[in-house]
This record gives sequence, C-alpha cells and structure tokens, in this order.
Amino acid sequence: MSYLQLNRIEKSFGAQRVIKGVDLSINKGEFVVFVGPSGCGKSTLLRLIAGLENVDTGSIHLDGREITDLPSSKRDLAMVFQSYALYPHMSVYENMSFALKLAKADPAVIKEKVERAAQILNLTQYLQRTPKELSGGQRQRVAIGRAIVRAPKVFLFDEPLSNLDAALRGQTRIEIAKLHRDLDATTIYVTHDQVEAMTLADRVVVLREGVIEQVGTPLELYDRPANQFVAQFIGTPQMNVVSVAKLPALETIAALKAPAGGYVGLRPESVKLVHEGDGQIRAKVDLVEALGAETLIYVTTEQGVPLVARQTERCHLDVGAGVGIDVDAEVAHVFDAQGRVVSASQAA
Amino acid sequence: MTQTQINKLIYVVRAVLSWAVALFLFFPLGWLVLTAFKTELQAISVPPLLFFKPTMENFIIVEARSDYLLYAQNSLVTSVASTVLGLALAFPAAYSMAFFRTKRTKDILMWMLSTKMMPAVGALVPVYVMAQTSGLLDTTTGLIIVFTLSNLPIMVWMLYSNFKEIPGEILEASRMDGASLWQEFRLVLLPLTMGGLASTGLLCLVLSWNEAFWSLNLSAAKAGTLAALIASYSSPEGLFWAKLSAASFMAVAPIVVFGWFSQKQLVQGLTFGAVK
Repeated sequence: MSYLQLNRIEKSFGAQRVIKGVDLSINKGEFVVFVGPSGCGKSTLLRLIAGLENVDTGSIHLDGREITDLPSSKRDLAMVFQSYALYPHMSVYENMSFALKLAKADPAVIKEKVERAAQILNLTQYLQRTPKELSGGQRQRVAIGRAIVRAPKVFLFDEPLSNLDAALRGQTRIEIAKLHRDLDATTIYVTHDQVEAMTLADRVVVLREGVIEQVGTPLELYDRPANQFVAQFIGTPQMNVVSVAKLPALETIAALKAPAGGYVGLRPESVKLVHEGDGQIRAKVDLVEALGAETLIYVTTEQGVPLVARQTERCHLDVGAGVGIDVDAEVAHVFDAQGRVVSASQAA
Repeated sequence: MTQTQINKLIYVVRAVLSWAVALFLFFPLGWLVLTAFKTELQAISVPPLLFFKPTMENFIIVEARSDYLLYAQNSLVTSVASTVLGLALAFPAAYSMAFFRTKRTKDILMWMLSTKMMPAVGALVPVYVMAQTSGLLDTTTGLIIVFTLSNLPIMVWMLYSNFKEIPGEILEASRMDGASLWQEFRLVLLPLTMGGLASTGLLCLVLSWNEAFWSLNLSAAKAGTLAALIASYSSPEGLFWAKLSAASFMAVAPIVVFGWFSQKQLVQGLTFGAVK
C-alpha cells in the first residue's frame, strides 16, 4: 500500500465545489508537486492533507493509519508556508525548536537537532536573531529548518518560493532538491510555476478546477500529455495547438489521424523552419526572440494560424520574411474535439 | 510683511488659540481641584477666590461622613473584576471571529456594536427588575455583571481588530507544530497580542471606574461606587460645593493618575490598525 493515500476527497466552500473527488497515492520518499493555474484547488488539497481544512467526504491514510479526522497537531506533518509564518516573538532557535519543545523532547536532543539543521541550512550564526532581523531568503530557510528539525512523515510546501526574487528562487530551488535527496523525505510541494514542478518533482500532479488532469513524471507530462490542457500547461513557450480545420496541411502530413474537429499539438522545438518554398506550410516571421542559448521565432502561416518555433541555432531572419515550415509528424500530438489525446507522440 | 513674518504670526496665533482652547477645556476640572481645598464659605464667595489658604477639612469630613474607602473599594473591585471577566469572554469571541470567519461574522460584529448605540436608560427597567428578582440589587456582583456586559462590545471589537493584524498562517503553523488549542493561545497568540490585550483591559478599567448610570441606579450604600459617592453630595440637604469637589477629586484622582501612566498603551490600542 502507498504511504499517503487520498480516497475520493471532496471539498466545497459554500456552494462552490473546490475539490471534486480526488484519488491519489504517494509513495514513501517521493517528491510530488501539485501544479495548476490559480484557483485549481492545489493549495486547498494541501491544506486538506495538513488538516487545516476538513474534508467533506473521502478519506486520507498516512503510513497505514487513517488521519482524515485527526487535528493538524496529531498528523505528524510539517508545513512550510508561503508567508513563512515564523513566530515573530521568538528567536530563530526558538522557532526551530518549538515543535520539539511541545513534544517534550529532551533539551539536549533539541539542541543537537536544531544545531544540525542550522548547519545544513547555513543558519548557525543567526540562531539568536528574531525573524524581523533576517532577509527573505534567510526567513525561508528558517521555515524549512523548522520543518526538518521535526523529521515529520511528510513535508508540505505551499508555494514556498513565490516571495523570493528570481535569482534567490533558482538558488533555493536547488537547495530544496538537494535537501530532499539528502533527507529522503516524502514531500508534497504546491506551486503554480511549472519550472519548479519540472525540476523538483519525482511525479507531477496537474490539477484543474478541483480535478486531477494527469499524474506522471515531468518528462511523461511533457512527452505524453493526456489532454490539451496538460499539453499547454507544461512547457514554455506553450505547445502550439492548431485546429486541423484551420490548417488542413497538417492532415496530409504523414499519417496524422486527427478526428473531425480535432487538434494537432506541436512543441515549439518540433516546428522546423526551412527555406521559403520548402516544407509543407508557408509562413511569415512576426517576431524573433534571441535568448542566446535558444531562439524563439513567432510566425503566422498563410492561413493565418500563429505558431512558435524554437531552435538552438541563431536565426538571421528579418521580421516579415517568408519561411517554410517542416513538421515532424513523429512528435506531433493529436487531440479530439474535447481536447483528449488520440495518439501520443513517442518523443524521447 | 515678509513671508517669514507672516509664518511667524500664523504660528503665534495658532499657539494662542490652542492654549485658549486647552485652558477652556481644563478650567472646570482645575476649578474643581481648587474648590476642594477651600472652605464652604470661600467656595461660594463672590468674586471667586483664586488665592486662599488651602484646607484639608473637606477631605476629612467626606471620609468621616461617608466611608470613602468602602466606595473606593467597590469601585476597584467592580472595575477590576468586570475587566478580567470581560477579557475572558471577549478573547475567545474575538479569536473565533478573526480567525474563523463565516458569512455572518460581520453582521454579528455590527449587531454587537449596535447595542452600544441604544441609550442605556432604555434598558433600565428590565435590567432593574432582573437585578431585583435575582437579589443582585446593591451588590458588587450585580454591578460587575452589568459593567462587563456593557463593555463587552467594545472589548470584542478592540481585540478583534487587534487579532486581525496577526496572519492566520502563524497560528496554523503552531498547529502543524503540534500545539494544542491552549498552547496555541498561551505560547503564540497571547505574546503576539499582549499590547492589544493590555490597552483593551486598560480602557475597560477606565470605563468601568467612571461608569455612573448603572451604579447610581443599581447600587446604594453597600455596593455604591465612587460615582455614587459624588452624587450623594448633591442631595436634598442642599449643595455643599467644597465637599462635593473634594469627593469628586478623590473619585477621579486614582483613575487620572492611572491613565497618565498608561496613556501610551491606551493610545496605541485605540489607534491600532488606523496608522501603520
């Protein structure tokens, strides 16, 4: 049996159903990321697991024990909040030792654990300060320290990096990944940032409107999205999804079997620009974004369909220049009229 | 006139006006203090005396005639007890309204405030009858109950706006850390709201001490507070200005001194959330 098991979880706030029957199994030591657009219920799902909200129906089991109706304090979970939620009237040391003190742990053990966590997180010299005297990144580390000192069964992270600036976010992301590897702790991490999801997760759970759209490893989601929503949510820039009716050329490419009213999805890297006159589709360049390592080229086909192409080579095309487009049918995704995948590509 | 001169003139006019208003407002109280140290004859002399030989005789008479200490003790007991009781009731109420909001929270808060808009005299008859039938007339217990209830809306409001400043996630974090409800109160919420709690308590103490309407109507010789003592000096026997002033002085002095020392806390509490 899995370590953390959610069965048919439902939750409404008033008349609004926020979580609509979620089933999920999480294995011990796994790093699972909940991702989705804002309002998809990912934070609510985390708070239900934490016990900060009560489930309406369904059950939650952790390590073979039902915890559905247990209060947060009895679930043996630790949470890192978006706002860090440090105790402003306590020093860093007191913040980190609070849970152990409540659990009546031996003071010598507490000291040892806090000091070890402080060492891991590079906080040793700040132990006597109050949260007010720390920078955002340091507060973040205290919040993580407060969680790891307890060695809980599951770590819960609620958008922990969203208050940090871009540089610090990247750095902390790497630290969290390292920490997870070193501690081998079961972790659930909520974010709306798909880069965090892709880089940190063993498995990603994509949510939309209270329903799980797909669960899989980051590359599974990228290469074999179950539907148009996941296909377009994962990956930057977004996958090009084109109605077959609008671009009939796609139908003739290789053996794409798009059903009536269906769509074809092309990752920007599988849209290949060739010389004008070559390729299956003719288009004009709208914009070239040279990012250094890669170049994004925005084009519009002669049928008026916008597409984006990504290539690693530098591009010397001018805006307005005519180009041809070559589509690699092997890596195209085909969706039916409802957006469900018909045949997944086999890209590696 | 140059601009500097104009500015200086404006400054002087403002200063004079402010002093005039301040003196005007303070005058009755200052006159009361002066009168307390006069003889009855000096108190009603025309023209009024500003300089005289002060006497303590009024204070001695007031204490001898009406047992000042008993009234003072009643005032102290009723105001402290109603404050403690009020805080004990208002704290959990404000906690639940600030951290577990429902659709009706705002309505309940407004309803509680609206009870303060009704004139107290409107409830006099029912409250009097209830006090009478339950044997609480002229008892400190009765006054404590009435004071507590009349201050409760203000206390809940003050604590509520105080609690609203605390991010709910901090309390959630303590729950995740394994804190029971009691530990959450004692170790997290209480230290964080000490300032608001103190100013709410202080205000309530002052309000109860100064409360006159209910103590005049519900108490007499046994449970009377200092407000009742003052009132007893404007009696059918006629007005004794010097003694009335001495009694008033003795009634207000403790709370004025107390307010002076706690003014920082009071102002902080009353402007909580207003200035960030």
